[in-house]
This record gives sequence, structure tokens and C-alpha cells, in this order.
Amino acid sequence: MLTTRRRFVKKILALSSYALSLSFSQVSLANWIANHFSRQTINQSITQLFPDQELQTSNRIRLQLPNTAENGAVVPITISSTIPDVDTLYILSEKNPVPLIAQFSIDPDLETYLGARFKMQETCDVIVVLKAKDQYYQARQKVKVTLGGCGG
Amino acid sequence: MSTIKIRSKRFADHTLIRTLIAHPMETGRNKNDATGELIPAHFIQTLTLTHNGKVMSQCQMGYGVSKNPFFSFKIKSAKAGDTIGISWQDNLAYSDTLEHIIL
Repeated sequence: MLTTRRRFVKKILALSSYALSLSFSQVSLANWIANHFSRQTINQSITQLFPDQELQTSNRIRLQLPNTAENGAVVPITISSTIPDVDTLYILSEKNPVPLIAQFSIDPDLETYLGARFKMQETCDVIVVLKAKDQYYQARQKVKVTLGGCGG
Repeated sequence: MSTIKIRSKRFADHTLIRTLIAHPMETGRNKNDATGELIPAHFIQTLTLTHNGKVMSQCQMGYGVSKNPFFSFKIKSAKAGDTIGISWQDNLAYSDTLEHIIL
């Protein structure tokens, strides 16, 4: 009994130190902004991401999206834009449980171009927001989803 | 084997980088068909693209990104022999890194 208890204590110590090291490495390496990815509505997301900002609709953002997505689990998107000095790019899907899909920082050596695949819960608008020189530009396109891809 | 695949193609004015990562991207809302239990969330949170060690793009993502995420980027000035690096980290603190040399 004593040996097993000893072993048990040892195991617990080892496990907890492992868990601690894991959580520390997570903090130090990934500064993931959990707030941006909480479950909320699109309006809450937009207010949180772009407080007091006007999102100008721009025709200089080109979105390549399918009009109908047969499978909401894989919706391909290609974004390109001629707006200069873009430093951040956001992809949002209006009716997803977590509207913000991803945000990318864009280095000046990188073209304002991005290809990705994402999930859509149901038919709604896909919103792409570009931040350039503290100005926000948006483009949106409706995608019809036949089969939702967010599970549940 | 690495979970990351990187392909690059040089064009006159840019280099196209395409990357595919093998990752389940579980939302935490899907159920295991056999047991009916929820599959815990498991998704990539951050992804970094580097070019010769310089950070080109830092990506934050949620589970709205598809399973086995695919991304493509265009680097303005890259030449043969340059190194492209992709690294990711997920919510369970798994991570992976791969370097690719442009041909």
C-alpha cells in the first residue's frame, strides 16, 4: 500500500510539472487572442475587433468565393487587393458560432494575397476586412451553404 | 513525418507559397459516432510564415478554419535558395515547424 501511494504521489508530481511546463510553453509561444475567438454574434465581434471604426466598403478588394458551397466544412477563399500598405487581414463569417475565422498580419514584403479554406455554419455573408494605415476596408459576399460545416 | 507540406513556385514578380497542414481542427462540437461523446476541441491557434528568418505573416485562427488547413501566400521578392518557414501551434500545445528551400 505504501509503495503504491509513493508511486501515486510521484506520478502526480511528474504529471503536474509536465502540465505546468505545457501551460507555460503555451503562454510564451502562442499569444493567441482568445477574446477574439469567443462565441458571439457578428456585431459583437465587429465591435470588439474594430472599436469605433468605420468599415469602408471597398471595390479594391477582390474575393474569390463560390456562390454555393456544397460542403460548408471546406469553403475555399482567395483574397487579393490593390489597397497599399495593408498590415492586417481578417476573415469573418457572419453566422458562424465564432464569427472570426482568422486574422493575418501582412508584412510589406508580402503581397496582399491570401488563399485559405474555412468552415461555414450556414448561408450568410463572408466579410473580409483589411486594415491599412489605420483605415479599415471591407468587402463581403454571400455564400449559399447546402450542408453546414461547423458540426453540432 | 512532418505535418506540414510546403510548395513554392516562382513567377516573374512574386513567389507563390502554398502550404497544407495535417490537423483535425476539431471544433469541440462534433460527436464521436461510436460513443456519442463530444470530441474535445483541438485546433491550430497560431501560424507563422517566415522568409529567410524574417516573419512575413502571423496568423491567429479559431476552429473556423477547415480540417487540414490550406493557405497560400505571395511573397514579392524571393529568389532561388531562399528559405521559407512555416510553424504552427495548437490549443493542446502541440506544434510543428518545417523549412522549405525555394527552387
